[in-house]
Amino acid sequence: MLDGPHPALPPDLAARAVRRGGRRLRQRRAVQRTAGWLLAVVLAVFLVWVGVEQPWATEPAQVTPPLEGW
Amino acid sequence: MAERATHRDRLRALEFEAFVAGAGGRLLHTATLLTGEPSHPPGAYPRAERLLYEALARTYADWDRLHGGDPYDRARRELALRFAREARRHQRPRGGLLDRLTPVERLVLVLRMYEEVGEEQTAALLGLPADRVRAVTARAVATLRAGGRRPGAAPTAPHGTAGPRPAPDSRATP
Repeated sequence: MLDGPHPALPPDLAARAVRRGGRRLRQRRAVQRTAGWLLAVVLAVFLVWVGVEQPWATEPAQVTPPLEGW
Repeated sequence: MAERATHRDRLRALEFEAFVAGAGGRLLHTATLLTGEPSHPPGAYPRAERLLYEALARTYADWDRLHGGDPYDRARRELALRFAREARRHQRPRGGLLDRLTPVERLVLVLRMYEEVGEEQTAALLGLPADRVRAVTARAVATLRAGGRRPGAAPTAPHGTAGPRPAPDSRATP
């Protein structure tokens, strides 16, 4: 009952789908490229900052604590 | 690099167009069954065409991620999920074969009977329990057998223009 002759496919349907799907594909690629580039820049900036600042090194004490109670 | 990308794009478009030429008619038939539109005079099923167009565009965008999977399955899945998302817009009868059923009944019936998707797979695809799929299928078949009058209180508007209420409001149930 559900079977029957298939309706006529619009002749340009595939081409339109390719155009729209292609647009989506290019957008997706652009987003991925931008995200990757951004990640690389953040990483580079972080490495430079770490190299210059060296946050693991403690500063040498400049002030001696007062000597009391001896 | 860019040259290779365009070559791959062209190859993908060729593969995709061959796929649509082969399977498009059947998919469009499925879409008309879902939207409840008649399938014979060309141009009588704009909703089905739009549904299929969107599903095919998405299938094309995901073509490289198929990894040997069946593009027909992918397109059908896209079609079914898209229809499920906008099911509320397909409640009104449009003169098709299944327009007496509710959108969900149509979706389940078409997947189970016309596309012959297994019960478990249908349930997984739609996110429903399997016994619910079985119950909805049985109800849809019973409705079709009964010749159109839907038994029980269905939550949607009554179909047809011969109903006692000329302008039914499907949402208001005091």
